Amino acid sequence: MSDTAKALRQPFALRFASGAFLVFWCVLAAFPIFWITVMSFKSPRDAFAASPWDVITGPATRAAGNGLSILDIVVGLVVLFFALRWAFTRLPDLVARYSPPGMIVLGWLLGAAVYALVFVLLFFGLLPLILGALNGVLGPLGQPVLGLTTQHYEAVWGENEFYRNFLNSMLVTAGVVTISLTVGTLAGYGLARSGSDLAFWLLILALVFRALPHSVLVAGYLPWFINSAEILRPIFGEISPTLYGQPWAVIAVLVAINQPFTIWMLRSFFQNIPAELDEAARVDGCSHFQAFRRVIMPVMWPGVITTGLFSFLLGYNDFLVTALLLDAQNQTMVPAIAGYFNRETTTTDQVEAVAAAVSITAPLFLLVMVFQRQIVSGLTAGAVKG
Amino acid sequence: MKFRTFAAFVGPSVLMMVFFIALPLVSVFLESFKVTQPVMQQVEVETCTPGFLTQTCTTELKTIPVIGADGKVETTTQWQGLQSYRSVLQMDKVWAAIGSSEIGSILQIDFWKALRFTLMYTLLTLPLVIGVGLIIALTVNNATRALRGPIIFVSLLPFIITPVIGSLAIYWLFVGDGILTAMMERWSGTNISMFAQAWTVELLMYFYRVWHVAPFAFVIFYAGLQTVNMDTLESAVIDGASRWQRLRHVIVPHLMPLIVFIALIHLMDCYRVFEEIVGFRSQAHVISLQWLTFDFLVPDDAGNRAISRASASAMLTMVGIVFLLIWPLRRTWRDHRGGAH
Repeated sequence: MSDTAKALRQPFALRFASGAFLVFWCVLAAFPIFWITVMSFKSPRDAFAASPWDVITGPATRAAGNGLSILDIVVGLVVLFFALRWAFTRLPDLVARYSPPGMIVLGWLLGAAVYALVFVLLFFGLLPLILGALNGVLGPLGQPVLGLTTQHYEAVWGENEFYRNFLNSMLVTAGVVTISLTVGTLAGYGLARSGSDLAFWLLILALVFRALPHSVLVAGYLPWFINSAEILRPIFGEISPTLYGQPWAVIAVLVAINQPFTIWMLRSFFQNIPAELDEAARVDGCSHFQAFRRVIMPVMWPGVITTGLFSFLLGYNDFLVTALLLDAQNQTMVPAIAGYFNRETTTTDQVEAVAAAVSITAPLFLLVMVFQRQIVSGLTAGAVKG
Repeated sequence: MKFRTFAAFVGPSVLMMVFFIALPLVSVFLESFKVTQPVMQQVEVETCTPGFLTQTCTTELKTIPVIGADGKVETTTQWQGLQSYRSVLQMDKVWAAIGSSEIGSILQIDFWKALRFTLMYTLLTLPLVIGVGLIIALTVNNATRALRGPIIFVSLLPFIITPVIGSLAIYWLFVGDGILTAMMERWSGTNISMFAQAWTVELLMYFYRVWHVAPFAFVIFYAGLQTVNMDTLESAVIDGASRWQRLRHVIVPHLMPLIVFIALIHLMDCYRVFEEIVGFRSQAHVISLQWLTFDFLVPDDAGNRAISRASASAMLTMVGIVFLLIWPLRRTWRDHRGGAH
């Protein structure tokens, strides 16, 4: 036994190489995202400066009067630390106490929204006011040392009305998540409990559908969507809508595109729930639907949340479908950023595009932070069950 | 479960897939043989400009679209057989190129250019993604337990980021005066522009794809590594297997189903490479099949969408993915058949 342990122990060189590679990978993984975040807070000259040190410290931004003093940085970090700690220690208790039973998800959504609002008001509204006064009094400690400006974010969200795109994105994503989960859970449960040949063929077909490039499908929708008002007129009369440019049509499309993946994933989750559970309910006189509602629904949430995360990613990250099926008035965030390419003539425009890109990434960052375990378990569940 | 209950459970999902996946496919198939064009008419137009003594008048024949009663341009739809395919494939030019033995000039044609890139991209990144993912999984498995959580968090970032934004983030590092280009210029002493020629753009795209997908492979391999049979590993040690042999003959065979799974997903996802083209703005140098269809579907300056050519290129794209997936799909099919009975 000790021989095995000795043989399994690795020589120093191997451990060192392994650790070094890991550090290298982490830097590689985080660097592009970290760097665009830094760039988005600098004036254009600093953001595209040749020396990395200039990009980080931002001398031109500082010279323009936008910067953080040592005091700002220290106080900011302390507030950030306590805010994060509070979010992970006290917030869960509060949410659990005040949300009505069975509505814990809703409670979390509301709690997170309120928390984010209070944090933004406190961190970007109150703190600068207090620190501005303090900096004036303190003298050398109050001198700015790190150039930092939020002007690009103000330009993107204020002047360019990026919040409209944000709301559209939220609408599309929320629609995709709710509908694809509702439809997908039912189908996943049916497929997991059926075991018939038909269920098998449906799954294989879904796998084939999963492989279809999205442009193939969009090429199929476009002629119909543009002319849908005329095609549907004989059925619906004057109220028949033009589907092109309608967010809910895009939601339907994305739900359908997402279905194959959703049903595969949920099916594997339902297969892990012992069938004895609903058989017992059936023996007690429940129909299949009652068994599903009373026995399966209370225990299915971990799987549903995980699948929901992937639906969220699909709806949120989509470029191709939303770019082709929505028009400029109700564009979502990701295609809207393509609009910056056309205007990207000055370096200010470029940095604004960077700021918009970081704004899109921020919610995803939070998502990984909160749901890391669910994402990992979702990826693995998909793999283990195939 | 009775058929009716099964149908009630599965019905909504199947209905959505039929309406928004199966029917559009049929529609694309039919559209690719049709063409919709505005009805044109020739009219004689007389234009007069004031001149000295008399007006100068010229009459010319102009081709203008017919405007219907509702104020819209009238269109006709005709069956035209394989015409759209012909204009996408441009076989005449291909045969001419083969005839004059200038194979390279085939790659000047959009479709073949896109096909070459898409296939090379899919097949070259596949081993890279699996290899890098495996190395990360092995090294993370080697790391101190307390560090694993943060490392997984950082590793997930490239995977979770919006693809367009991810490629833009890398684009901004290398664009004209980007930080890494400046660094490379300082080292090499020459002027470098990463986006001026096709091969550097392509190199960055390969890097982006591996960066984006390797975390996915990593997470799955990492989960697989937790279930390696320690007894087998120990008997391998007793038999005197070296570290490399243990990896080669115990760990990799254990991970084989996962490798097939990742290969399957990667082939599907990588074949529809598209966002990189948008993010890197590489359409002048490198295009992919999905981008080609997208480009046909975007209205041109006159506001027309080339629907029939888009449909033809979409059908051709689909043929490609079917070929790529035959092998992994058959394997999955066998596994599930085996598991079902």
